[in-house]
Amino acid sequence: MDLPDKDAPLPETLSSAGKAETLHAYREMLRIRRFEETAARAYTRGKISGFLHLYIGQEAIAVGTRLAMQQNDRIVSTYRDHGFALAQGCDPNACMAEMYGKKTGLVGGIGGSMHFFERDKGMWGGYAIVGNHIPIAAGHAFAAKYLGDDAVTICFLGDGAVGIGPTHEGMTLAGLWDLPVVFVVENNRYSMGTPLERTLPAADITSRAPGYGMVGDRFSVEDPFQVRDRLGAAIKRAREESQPTLIEILTYRFRGHSMSDPAKYRGKGELEAFRASDPFERVNRALRELHGMTEDELEALDEEVIAEMDAAADFADTSPQPDPDHRFKNIMIEGEG
Amino acid sequence: MPTLQIREAIRDAMREEMLRDDRVFLMGEEVGHYQGAYKCSQGLLEQFGEKRVVDTPITETGFAGVGIGAAMCGLRPIIEFMTFNFSAVAFDQIINNAAKIHHMTGGQFSVPIVFRGPNAAAHMLGSTHSQAFDAIYAHIPGLKVVSVATPYDAKGLLKSAIRDPNPVIFFESEMMYSVRGEVPEEEYLIPIGEADIKRPGDDVTLLCWGQSVPTALAAAELAQEHSGLSAEVIDLRTLRPLDTEAVIASVKKTNRVVIAEHSWPFGGVGAELVDRIQRLAFDWLDAPVTRVCYDDIPFSYAENLEHLSIPQPEDIHAALRQVAYRD
Repeated sequence: MDLPDKDAPLPETLSSAGKAETLHAYREMLRIRRFEETAARAYTRGKISGFLHLYIGQEAIAVGTRLAMQQNDRIVSTYRDHGFALAQGCDPNACMAEMYGKKTGLVGGIGGSMHFFERDKGMWGGYAIVGNHIPIAAGHAFAAKYLGDDAVTICFLGDGAVGIGPTHEGMTLAGLWDLPVVFVVENNRYSMGTPLERTLPAADITSRAPGYGMVGDRFSVEDPFQVRDRLGAAIKRAREESQPTLIEILTYRFRGHSMSDPAKYRGKGELEAFRASDPFERVNRALRELHGMTEDELEALDEEVIAEMDAAADFADTSPQPDPDHRFKNIMIEGEG
Repeated sequence: MPTLQIREAIRDAMREEMLRDDRVFLMGEEVGHYQGAYKCSQGLLEQFGEKRVVDTPITETGFAGVGIGAAMCGLRPIIEFMTFNFSAVAFDQIINNAAKIHHMTGGQFSVPIVFRGPNAAAHMLGSTHSQAFDAIYAHIPGLKVVSVATPYDAKGLLKSAIRDPNPVIFFESEMMYSVRGEVPEEEYLIPIGEADIKRPGDDVTLLCWGQSVPTALAAAELAQEHSGLSAEVIDLRTLRPLDTEAVIASVKKTNRVVIAEHSWPFGGVGAELVDRIQRLAFDWLDAPVTRVCYDDIPFSYAENLEHLSIPQPEDIHAALRQVAYRD
């Protein structure tokens, strides 16, 4: 994988974007990054338990995807779901409170970090059994086609999910039935602690696309506008032609698989090389070099976002736990629905 | 009153519900052009078209998951498993998605879906095709589990299952699709969660469901004829939620219980019944509750070995005599 270094020319997708949209995208990426850092601190302080999988390094994908979506489109994602929730407009207070296991959480403290759902914001999970959301996403697309609405389902999975059965079956049905869905593999190079060289029989995951009757598209993430454009084409194909697409985005996570993973399996110099190619820093550079923003202005923005996430942590910390009876709620629905 | 086979009652239930509600569709292997592996969907493709009678490739986890995803969008899928043995391949979708999504989304999504098909042993199909999933699915909070033994019950309960806002596991039987019985022409529903007294009696309560219902009824006949014992045969019809009230009412009348199960003994639905009976009617019992189950082994292909593993009317008759201290 050839990585552009930090002084490489800015990609055209980024350099051609205006200041306002660049600043908006940067702010959203910054919000995700600071949210994740806040969550990591809360985890080390014992405020968050269970599993916590951070999205740091991959933010441009969630933000770029949001830019390509329409109001009624849906995201179906994995347990590494915080970035998508924030990009979709979920309240960071509710997201943080969910991880603290509080009543005010996104799903009332029932789901935790891995099960973020907010239906009306297009945040449709939040799935934690690797690959088992692929048929679910195909099912959402099946329903859209059945009902004749124009909602497109965008389903994210990791490179670690491409070998498991439901991925194959869900993509088979999506291709067979021409369902309006976009599958996006976020290839962050590791299936937990195992590098893709030891999990993938063929390095190019999109080489499977023709076998599923889908168009494939593969690229290294550079900036959110590139993601917007590439996914936008696939979303358009889904909406207008009811054709599914398999996209592979080469990306990198800067933290371990989860908070309990020190990520000692990385090659020497690998993390540094990817940090030098961080899309987040690239957008930061565009704001400085193309749009005249100063270090002070960017620092002020950062402080504002840090304050937002600190407030989210305070909100979560001071929120009440769920009521004892709440554990019996939402298991069975009474009557005819 | 017209008589129908169970397969026809199931077909009529699906047809009526598909006519009533455009959101209802049938999906599974061979349900359309082939008319159903056991002909439960005969004529439905012709009537409703490929949009609502959807043939799938052999992809149980795929189409179970598609059904769940569609249900989350407001559709009402009926997912046919050619047999519940193949639901093992879709087990993760059923227990981790169908049973959990309403709960883990804080009630934002519901999963109104029916998974239906034949369950338990048939005839000489070998170990992997001769399994009873009763206890396995009944164990999972978030699911309802129905098991039917007559055309009347099959139709009334399947219609309720399709209308139910929750995921419902609906057990049929390969051995019983041709069983005939009276089914009213006018519409009716049978509520999920209500047992049915298939034969009233006074001396012993005989609990059964699914394939064990005809076996239990035959055993009750033997007991009456040869032992002068009057068995009250109660068909549970629903395994989750269990109609504890109906069971306990009968136990308090007869003071003796035999449970006939076409499923394995370990951790079975019968074991759950024993627990409830001893907790709720301990002082009414005159004998230990007795269970007659499959042998606790994988099934064999050979006809004689298979026959020996399945409770027969004579085995249940012996159990009825035992709890009545007739030997």
